[in-house]
Amino acid sequence: MNESLTFHFDVDGTDFTSAGQASANVKRSLRQLGLAPDIIRQVSIAMYEGEINMVIHAGGGEADVTVFEDKIEIVLKDHGPGIKDIDLAMQEGYSTATDTVRSLGFGAGMGLPNMKRYTDEMHIETEVGKGTTIKMYVNLTD
Amino acid sequence: MTVNELAAKCSLNPVAVPDGEKEVEGGYAGDLLSWVMGRARENCAWITIMSNINIVAVASLADIGCIILAEGVTADENVIATANEKGVNILSTQMTAYETAVAIGKLI
Repeated sequence: MNESLTFHFDVDGTDFTSAGQASANVKRSLRQLGLAPDIIRQVSIAMYEGEINMVIHAGGGEADVTVFEDKIEIVLKDHGPGIKDIDLAMQEGYSTATDTVRSLGFGAGMGLPNMKRYTDEMHIETEVGKGTTIKMYVNLTD
Repeated sequence: MTVNELAAKCSLNPVAVPDGEKEVEGGYAGDLLSWVMGRARENCAWITIMSNINIVAVASLADIGCIILAEGVTADENVIATANEKGVNILSTQMTAYETAVAIGKLI
């Protein structure tokens, strides 16, 4: 496989009930490619957390997933409020989510930590008032 | 042990069982979805009292073996329909989360 495969999704920021559709589509596509189940699980969880974050905090955004020969790249881009303090946001249990979001079972402060936990590399670019872009990589080779 | 066998042995009610022959290994209890995503093992039985539509997405993406709604919690029709569509198994019980964990812990 020399040519990389790409998937693009617009994440709807208004509807919690449809959150996870982009992740589900990626999961299905990766299965069709015959990738290992643990790799697919890593990508699915990391992407779902990112998708939920975009719905909770940023009013939606865009997700691009590229399958390279040696890794999978997930790029999540939004034009939300940005992250004021990345170190704080990376702490397990820290969350700025509303009570409504928490009542749905989200807002546990585990989103970004889970994204880091399930990927081999993660980069956050954020600017308060402008938005956030997160790039994550899952290696396909040891 | 399969989901169907677990349901029979622990008297769990089938809510949506599109993949009853799926093997279940171990269990996890929790209601904070990201916590479940981060800690639950694949193919586990996930005991929760959370019943909104997002549990189906979490279970599907994290390869959960089955969801067990404890404490008499019920699921809405759209949750059941989505679970059937996505191949996510949901069982329910009147037992508390603790009692459910004890019951399945003796079997798997």
